[in-house]
Amino acid sequence: MALPALSTDADPAPPPKPAGASVVSMPSPPKRPVSAARLGENAREFAAVALPPIVTIGVLLFLWEAIAMTHPGGLPAPSMIWMESRELIVHPFFDRGGVDKGLFWHALTSLKRVAIGFSAAAIVGIALGVLVGGSKLAHRGLDPIFQVLRTVPPLAWLPISLAALHQANPSALFVIFITAIWPVIINTAVGVRNVPQDYRNVGRVLRLSPAGYFFKILLPAATPYIFTGLRIGVGMSWLAIIASEMLLGGVGMGFFIWDQYNASRISDIIVALTWVGLVGFALDRFVGLIGRIVSRGAAAD
Amino acid sequence: MSKAYLSIENVGVTFKGRGVVSEVLRGVDLQVVKGEFVSIIGHSGCGKSTLLNLVAGLLPVTTGAVILDKVAVEAPGPERAVVFQNHSLLPWLSVYENVRLAVDQVFRGTKSRAERHDWTLHNLNLVQMAHAKDKRPAEISGGMKQRVGIARALAMEPKVLLLDEPFGALDALTRANLQDSVMDIHAKLGNTVLMITHDVDEAVLLSDRIVMMTNGPSATIGQVLDVDLQRPRRRLEVDTAPAYVAARHAVVEFLHDRAPGVRAAAA
Repeated sequence: MALPALSTDADPAPPPKPAGASVVSMPSPPKRPVSAARLGENAREFAAVALPPIVTIGVLLFLWEAIAMTHPGGLPAPSMIWMESRELIVHPFFDRGGVDKGLFWHALTSLKRVAIGFSAAAIVGIALGVLVGGSKLAHRGLDPIFQVLRTVPPLAWLPISLAALHQANPSALFVIFITAIWPVIINTAVGVRNVPQDYRNVGRVLRLSPAGYFFKILLPAATPYIFTGLRIGVGMSWLAIIASEMLLGGVGMGFFIWDQYNASRISDIIVALTWVGLVGFALDRFVGLIGRIVSRGAAAD
Repeated sequence: MSKAYLSIENVGVTFKGRGVVSEVLRGVDLQVVKGEFVSIIGHSGCGKSTLLNLVAGLLPVTTGAVILDKVAVEAPGPERAVVFQNHSLLPWLSVYENVRLAVDQVFRGTKSRAERHDWTLHNLNLVQMAHAKDKRPAEISGGMKQRVGIARALAMEPKVLLLDEPFGALDALTRANLQDSVMDIHAKLGNTVLMITHDVDEAVLLSDRIVMMTNGPSATIGQVLDVDLQRPRRRLEVDTAPAYVAARHAVVEFLHDRAPGVRAAAA
């Protein structure tokens, strides 16, 4: 008897989210019995966080609409986009085979590529970063090379990787890898170099073995830096995949945008850009969240 | 001095860097008996922290030797546990895990898992921090962090406990509280303690002997003062005792005579 009553009580706890603001990050509510007063407080808190961006978005859309109305022939107005691309907006999951898919599938394909390329960049980048941060010799030998290579724009790697790998898909993965790896290497190296002398001394007084020192002190101390690098890296790899897909074709967000450009469907492109932005934002927050969980407050002291 | 447990023998330290040679310590001689509480006091930059780091093994001696229990100190180790000035707790570990890391490292071969758990809690109890064992360092106050730092050092069962200005960053009330705790623990366990401080009252209240350092460069021991006060010492009873007042005066006088401003005025 009591249980169903409780669960119905708890059901209205998450406030309804307007569709446009679903990505607003909220502080996790403390686990207390939900009371009416608490609910009211939550709603107020939610309004304080969600209202400003909703208002700004509204104002921007209005300005855009006004400008597009007075200057016909340029970009389509928001109302025009809604009319032309309604199908694309409300049905992200359709799949008519080939490349005629909903935006969700294009985004998923791009995300899969990012997952593979970025994971490789994270593993290799952290390993190289630890090496460069820990060894003066490795730093002197490798750092100048890194500093030069990291300034090469992602798309400049594409012809090289196509020439070396001959295939589109591995080339796209390589471009992501090579784009994302530099911030990971550099931030990891800084983190390793910046392990406070006090923590090193603790390790020395405790006579930790090299492996013990690595896992118990060095890696946790460098974790916040590593995740800074990973966060920059994942953002850059999302930029890189969109750009490289434009050139490589197939399924994917970048290809979709290029395809719609060739078909002069500007409205669809704007819808796709919104997707690109939201997915990129979600990626960034996701890596940030993982970082906060993994570093367990290492940054706070 | 055959009774000496910790012996610092004619120790000198010279740092060389970029063509500049600076002598920090010269001819430091100090013998510490087992169970003794010795404070080292001096002006900033007199090399007292350097001296502690030598005993800890964190710095190598240039000349002379540090001998603890008949063995020359060559590297850091848990038998010379250090309580660092800024606690140096690992922020990603809980209070319990910080102490447990030290316990696991020192007693892995000799104590069972359950014994190591009990020993960790025992040491947290000793500094009255068992209640916060699951908190992270960022969640507890500065005084509490320093208590945990002391628990971590005590848990290593060190031959000599090295305190590097352990209460320097704390407010006066918290500091007094911790000083009392350290006196209790010293009375209970009888550790040999070497403490760096720049607080005259702290040195007089806690120490059996106070080692006063001359100013650097080439600092050395200027004077050693025996504090002839019965233990246990209670702050409120002791601070009007003639021996306390005399010892306090002697230390203040030594430091005052060597204050940079005084020397300049005399010259």
